[in-house]
Amino acid sequence: MAVVFQKTRGLTDVQTHYCPGCTHGIIHRLVAEALEELGVLDDSIGVCPVGCSALAYDYFNCDMHQASHGRAPAVATGVKRVHPKNVVWTYQGDGDLASIGTAEIIHAAHRGEKITTIFVNNAIYGMTGGQMAPTTLVGQKSTTSPYGRDAETCGFPLKVAEMMATIPGAAFVERVSVDTPANVRKAKKAILEAFKCQIEGKGFSIVEVLSTCPTNWGMTPVDSLAWLQANMIPYYPLGNFRKPEEAK
Amino acid sequence: MAKVLMKGNEAIGAAAINAGCRYFFGYPITPQNEVPEYMSRELPKVGGVFVQAESEVAAINMVYGASGAGARVMTSSSSPGIALKQEGITYIAGAELPCVIVNIMRGGPGLGGIQPAQSDYNQSTRGGGNGDYKLLVYAPANLQEMVDMVQEAFDAADYYRNPVLVVGDGMIGQMMEPVEFKPYVSKYELAEKTWATDGTKGKRGPNIINSLFLDPAKLEDHNVKLQAKYKAIKENEARAELYNMDNAQVVIVAYGTTSRIAKNAIESLKKEGIEVGLIRPQTLWPFPDRAFETLPEACKGLLVVEMSMGQMIDDVKLATSCRLPVEFYGRSGGMIPEPDAIADKIKEMLGGVK
Repeated sequence: MAVVFQKTRGLTDVQTHYCPGCTHGIIHRLVAEALEELGVLDDSIGVCPVGCSALAYDYFNCDMHQASHGRAPAVATGVKRVHPKNVVWTYQGDGDLASIGTAEIIHAAHRGEKITTIFVNNAIYGMTGGQMAPTTLVGQKSTTSPYGRDAETCGFPLKVAEMMATIPGAAFVERVSVDTPANVRKAKKAILEAFKCQIEGKGFSIVEVLSTCPTNWGMTPVDSLAWLQANMIPYYPLGNFRKPEEAK
Repeated sequence: MAKVLMKGNEAIGAAAINAGCRYFFGYPITPQNEVPEYMSRELPKVGGVFVQAESEVAAINMVYGASGAGARVMTSSSSPGIALKQEGITYIAGAELPCVIVNIMRGGPGLGGIQPAQSDYNQSTRGGGNGDYKLLVYAPANLQEMVDMVQEAFDAADYYRNPVLVVGDGMIGQMMEPVEFKPYVSKYELAEKTWATDGTKGKRGPNIINSLFLDPAKLEDHNVKLQAKYKAIKENEARAELYNMDNAQVVIVAYGTTSRIAKNAIESLKKEGIEVGLIRPQTLWPFPDRAFETLPEACKGLLVVEMSMGQMIDDVKLATSCRLPVEFYGRSGGMIPEPDAIADKIKEMLGGVK
């Protein structure tokens, strides 16, 4: 019998703690598959954040470094400068990257650090129980925006991919989503491109992945995917914002 | 090797490179700027890497990454900058990684000033960040000792897998003195860093650098293990210089450059027939308690002298179990104690008599 699918060697057999319907699992698989397919898994060092993916160090089958909230790009900078030939990557959520860690992500890109960032945007703080994130949509309810996000006092949601694309050192910037099988395939392609950008020494690379949080959105997994399509994609358009040949 | 005249901050950099440090992550702040400047100039010449980080927080987290990756790595800063680094320092201690941190202290609180101070004693010795952890803290009093201690700090950090702090004040950072870079002989037997994140190469399971233990029982076990390490450091590393202790009527306790001013006061009092001793802690943590066990018979009290409002007093009282009165004389904000003022305080303690 022909094998049509098997679990990537890039993931361990540890059972994850992610909630049912959460898309972290898909994104983990894509990252692990990409590392394996590029033949760099055994040379890679991942840096995981604070938040839902804090325990990612148990799930990836490569060397891992657990960082403090928002500082993964700084930690990855330290690792990469010591091991410039290894593939170094960060896996960060929106509270981690777009709030407490804005200085670190912007300056890692600004220095053109040859690292890759997987940025999971689910428009909410998941691990801490559903508080408002910088990426929470206007009108979206959370435990700290119980009346819905008010742009007057909380500002508009931060568009990270667009912002990163303005930084000369960012060589590859793309926003993808994992809401449909077709989009999952596109996400995989972008993650592969991002790692290639690093391997070829072209600069900083980041893939923003639109993701769901059924638990804290208070929806079923299926409804969550529909909500992402109806609300997140219109505000956070999918597509490539920067390719290495365009980087200065 | 012949002696060379160097500025303190540059001597720190030279000592670090001599000790095999090849990675430096820092951020400008007065009065330690010559350290990053020196490293940015000299590290590339030896195949090393200097990165000017976007903040002290980022710099210490780069240290965290580089240390986890197996490198000899250093950062330096001054008081408010060291306050910012506390987040990273507690992670590095929690994850049991080695690194060297230099604090060239200036006056506080807040933005304070840029002149010399010793007001980060509590921050250095009490664990400036969250959780139960300790740093080995060296406090050199002159540039030769600074150079020797910086070199030793890298070995101690590797041996104990713990961050090591070297504290000086603005004076020691800015002054020039002759220093000799002696062939360094390590007193530690250092193990290979088999725990480092350098890629599995398919030959071993993943190495994980981590300070997270969600299971309370496991976190407690981790803390018990850390305490055992701190106990070993306490037993092995506490160090003090004793000076003029025979027949001392009063014993001054002072560290760093303040101890040199205290020695001037001791010499001038000697001419007046007043014998005063000095205990100079060379490590602030562990505090050299044993140096206080056998104080001279004639000793009527101790005088703590610091460039702060009095942060070391508690440790002196604990080390002496409050057997003798402990008085304090200090200046702060960048003001420097005068030998005469210290001498006057001693005379006041002795009842104004010779």
